[in-house]
Amino acid sequence: MSDQTPGVTPDRDPDPSPDRTGAAGQATTSGDRAQYGMCAALAVLGIVLIVDATRLAPMQTSNDPMGPRPVPIVLGILMLVVAVLYAIDIRRGGVGASDEGEDVDLTARADWKTVGLLLVVFGVSAALIEPLGWVIAGSLLFWGCSFALGNRHHIRGLLIGIAISLITFYAFAIGLGVNLPAGILQGIL
Amino acid sequence: MDNLNNLIEGFGHILTPINLLYAFVGVTVGTAVGVLPGIGPAMTLALLLPITFGLDPTQAMILFCGVFYGGMYGGSTTSILLNTPGESSSVVTALEGNKMAKAGRAAQALATAAIGSFVAGTIATLLLAFVMPQVVAFAIKLGSPDYLAIIMLAFVGAAAVLGSSRIRGFASLLIGLAIGIVGIDRVTGQQRMTFDLPQLADGIDIVVVAVGLFAVGEALWVAAHLRRKAGSVIPVGKPWMGREDWRRSWKPWLRGTALGFPFGAIPAGGAEVPTFLSYVTERKLTKHPEEFGKGAIEGVAGPEAANNASAAGTLVPLLAIGLPTNATAAIMLSALQGWGLDPGPLLIEKQPVLVWTLVASLFVGNTMLLLLNLPLAPAWAKLLQIPRPYLYAGILFFAAMGAWTVNGQAFDLYLLLAIGLLGFAIRRFGFPVLPLIIGVILAPIAELHLRRSLQLSHGDLSGLVGGPVSWVCYAVIAVAILWPLIARLIRTAGGNGGPGSGPGQHTTISTEASA
Repeated sequence: MSDQTPGVTPDRDPDPSPDRTGAAGQATTSGDRAQYGMCAALAVLGIVLIVDATRLAPMQTSNDPMGPRPVPIVLGILMLVVAVLYAIDIRRGGVGASDEGEDVDLTARADWKTVGLLLVVFGVSAALIEPLGWVIAGSLLFWGCSFALGNRHHIRGLLIGIAISLITFYAFAIGLGVNLPAGILQGIL
Repeated sequence: MDNLNNLIEGFGHILTPINLLYAFVGVTVGTAVGVLPGIGPAMTLALLLPITFGLDPTQAMILFCGVFYGGMYGGSTTSILLNTPGESSSVVTALEGNKMAKAGRAAQALATAAIGSFVAGTIATLLLAFVMPQVVAFAIKLGSPDYLAIIMLAFVGAAAVLGSSRIRGFASLLIGLAIGIVGIDRVTGQQRMTFDLPQLADGIDIVVVAVGLFAVGEALWVAAHLRRKAGSVIPVGKPWMGREDWRRSWKPWLRGTALGFPFGAIPAGGAEVPTFLSYVTERKLTKHPEEFGKGAIEGVAGPEAANNASAAGTLVPLLAIGLPTNATAAIMLSALQGWGLDPGPLLIEKQPVLVWTLVASLFVGNTMLLLLNLPLAPAWAKLLQIPRPYLYAGILFFAAMGAWTVNGQAFDLYLLLAIGLLGFAIRRFGFPVLPLIIGVILAPIAELHLRRSLQLSHGDLSGLVGGPVSWVCYAVIAVAILWPLIARLIRTAGGNGGPGSGPGQHTTISTEASA
């Protein structure tokens, strides 16, 4: 953990790639301002909890003296308190250490193009499962995700996708009775 | 020796071909995911959840525990051969283990890790078999107020004690609790946080939450920061140890076990603290202090033993009181709930076959793991060469499948994506994931005990403090929350009153429970 590339500072990346936005780069000297976004999201969630709870009928019976409202209201208030404390912490220069991992290179800027492409591929595949069936949507999902992540062996990626889609379909849908649709391949598979 | 009889009976159940097969599949999958970057036992269990709801609970739990134990073994292989550890519990192993590997002693590092894990796992499982019934005997007398206090302690422990930032820990916990209350209120039938979406009326399924957080979140996070040049894996032959290595390893194994088991069992335990403590202990006690930092075998043997012992320790509160202390245990708990079993002190009474077969399966699985890992370590290391685009595409593929099988609707996949983005955000901003998942899973149970306590006291808030257990829990919670203040007071009283060093920077190791 501590002995990783101490000499390379994030802002000295010699090869700026065109898709960097800088929004989620490493902590810079001015602090990590993107944290305010997370802070705002917490505050909004707190308000939503409270507003949603006030909408509930205050049903209190002798069997349930508390009713459904107090828990979300308390959570909402605590959420607002934490949001304020979080904002103070950010102002003081507090930074949350980003998660590390074997394949995570935090010295590079966030690659939003890959993430965006993955979101699109995942969303489209999700919409296609019902009409086209698991095997086709799953194959597309695998191929599209591996493409987004930098795979350029298109045929191989597609073949692996088709293979694992078919294997999972037969093993889980036919074998274990798990709910995966056959879609337009109904009758063929 | 009632426990011993139960355990022997458990062995009778585990030694059937089909149960042995599930144990074997579990430890094999576990080792593989432990070795593979980006996947850990928690994510694997989340992905397996929807499939295993069709299985017999006993067999599924054998499978789960095999994955859990196997992940601990596999994680050490990665951290020794490839410096960057994936599992948060093997961070410490990488410190000395990778140095040993670089010095040409990878075989010994792997051997002391595997044999130490086996020794620690076996002793700790034995401890589990004898401690768990005691905890059950104690827990069975507890009432709702006490349970509520214990759950609150688990919440505060996960949010405030672990991790480097208490604010981020509590934020994470609150997000989890907010997700946990979505759906129809069980008592009054009113919809909370559903925004009139019928798909949310039953709450957000735990499969969607867990797969979104661990699998989709991790895949998106790695995608944003994918290391274009894969780390170099140190080649290794068959693990073995010389006489000197044995002599230097056995004491750290035992000390690691002694540290790991109790820490696994307490709320806010997990493997991070004991592995770190074990490392510090071994560095202090070693006769070869000059080797520390350059590849000392004690620094691998101790933490690896602590790591595996804590895995067994985790199962004590899970099986005895239904309290998860790490992310993997949290998913096992939701699996038990999914089968309609009521995790808690009554589990061992109502499902003795499940519990004791499970405990017996841990001994069997541990032995299988030693046989799988000792001779086959070089083969497992080959998994590290899998092309990353395929690996993470595969994770997203299985994530989509898992979420689809819950209700068979595309809505769950969009929800999965949203929770995946939340998982991305918490990784980006350094929020710990453990309080979040514990919050989601325990929120309904906590509210149930809260309302039951108030029902018993007819709405009087004094009903929340039941017996000595709840007093102790709330006292510990108060100390944990007020700790920065207390620490500052002690410091000023001590005379060297510098400015308080910011809120809660009292742990030096990162404890983000990696998926």
